[in-house]
Amino acid sequence: MTTEAYLVQVDPDKCQGHNRCCSLAPELFDTDDLGMASARGDGTVAAELLDNARRAVANCPEYAISLTEVQP
Amino acid sequence: MTSRHTPVADWTSDFDHTDPKWVADPYPIWEDLRQKCPVAHSDRYGGTWLPVTHEYVSEVAYDTEHFTSRSVVVSEVRPGPEDLPAPIGLAPPITSDPPFHSIARRMLLPAFGPKPIAALEPFTRDLCRQLLDETAGQATFDAAVEFAQHIPVRVIVQMLGFPQDDADIFRHFIRQVLEDVDQSPEERQELINQGEIDAYMDNQIADHVANPRDDLTSFLVQAEIDGNKLAPEHIRGTMVLLMIAGIDTTWSAIGASLWHLARHPDDRRRLSAEPSLMDTAVEEFLRAYAPVTMARLVAQDFDFHGQQLKEGDWLLLPFPSANRDPEAFTNPDTVQLDRDHNRHAAFGLGIHRCLGSNLARMEVRVALEEWMAVYPEFELAEPSAVTWSSGQVRGPRTLPVRIL
Repeated sequence: MTTEAYLVQVDPDKCQGHNRCCSLAPELFDTDDLGMASARGDGTVAAELLDNARRAVANCPEYAISLTEVQP
Repeated sequence: MTSRHTPVADWTSDFDHTDPKWVADPYPIWEDLRQKCPVAHSDRYGGTWLPVTHEYVSEVAYDTEHFTSRSVVVSEVRPGPEDLPAPIGLAPPITSDPPFHSIARRMLLPAFGPKPIAALEPFTRDLCRQLLDETAGQATFDAAVEFAQHIPVRVIVQMLGFPQDDADIFRHFIRQVLEDVDQSPEERQELINQGEIDAYMDNQIADHVANPRDDLTSFLVQAEIDGNKLAPEHIRGTMVLLMIAGIDTTWSAIGASLWHLARHPDDRRRLSAEPSLMDTAVEEFLRAYAPVTMARLVAQDFDFHGQQLKEGDWLLLPFPSANRDPEAFTNPDTVQLDRDHNRHAAFGLGIHRCLGSNLARMEVRVALEEWMAVYPEFELAEPSAVTWSSGQVRGPRTLPVRIL
């Protein structure tokens, strides 16, 4: 059986610190002192957080977040 | 406020954001323009452009080469030779261009990050409760005047470390700057020359230099760029900016949200029954009723989607119109409290993203939570008595409600 694995990434050149991702999925994103976001850890999304990851992508005004499927 | 200009005859070639029709209901105007003239022009204010689609608004917001932020409020007065030159502008960082912009902005960002703003929530909540207490027993009252307008001004006064009693001075000042834009150049220059607010700010700066404390004014007084303290006019410009940017805007967002809830019993009852919807509801109110239209000056002649923009032309940047573009949002004119795809541009896009967006979101959410806890059922007392602000910040200025 294969399981899909997902990775979230924040493009630091696009992020402007709207903070939507951290608000919607605090388990997956963190902000620095300037309010700019980055993925927590290596960006791996636990299966139960996949919906939150999708929501973060769909609410980023700057299109700065990507969610990609990776081969386990 | 009524416009001093002649009524607009044709919105594609003669628009005016102070026209009574735009002030009362700009959405049909933008919808019409999106279909037939996505970059409109007007000779008013010495020449002004108006892109109305999400795509074109984004494009301008991201383009700091062809557009300058040297002045962001369209009026009969352009920044003159006496004013601080680009890239600093009059009120850094909103009126700054790269590369100075990011220097001025990075200095301020930590004060407006999620954590310091969360620390202001108890003050904001107490303030909202106190304002609601003062309305107790009234069957009808003005939710814009007696509730919404006091919240942002008192929070920013608290942040800056000014006396709470001075909040009214700023309400008056902000209104002049943002709403009286259709005054003649002479009238407006006189207003700017009066220097009343500059003198107030200078006194506060001197007092904070003498008596440093834990507030934003002391933070600015102590802040350094490349080892140098900020120039006094930079500190003052930034403080004026925080006042201008933080007061009318959030007042408008809170008022427009209450206006919506007063007119939509289903949404009101749903929000009351499902408080967990508050976060997406706030984002949806911000999308549908985004208060702020920004502006740019054209920095160099160039062709923008077939229109010949000339250096020095104004350009209105209507984020509220971008938020109603059906190319970017499903059923954009319908408020959906649980809208889960919402990349709205209420706080702008690109390097000038509203510095105070965390603060504004907190204030709107807390104001609505506290309001709904006390007055879950209310309606417009007199729909025809609702009035809207004129200029680039849109929100209800008179909002009589009846408590049910």
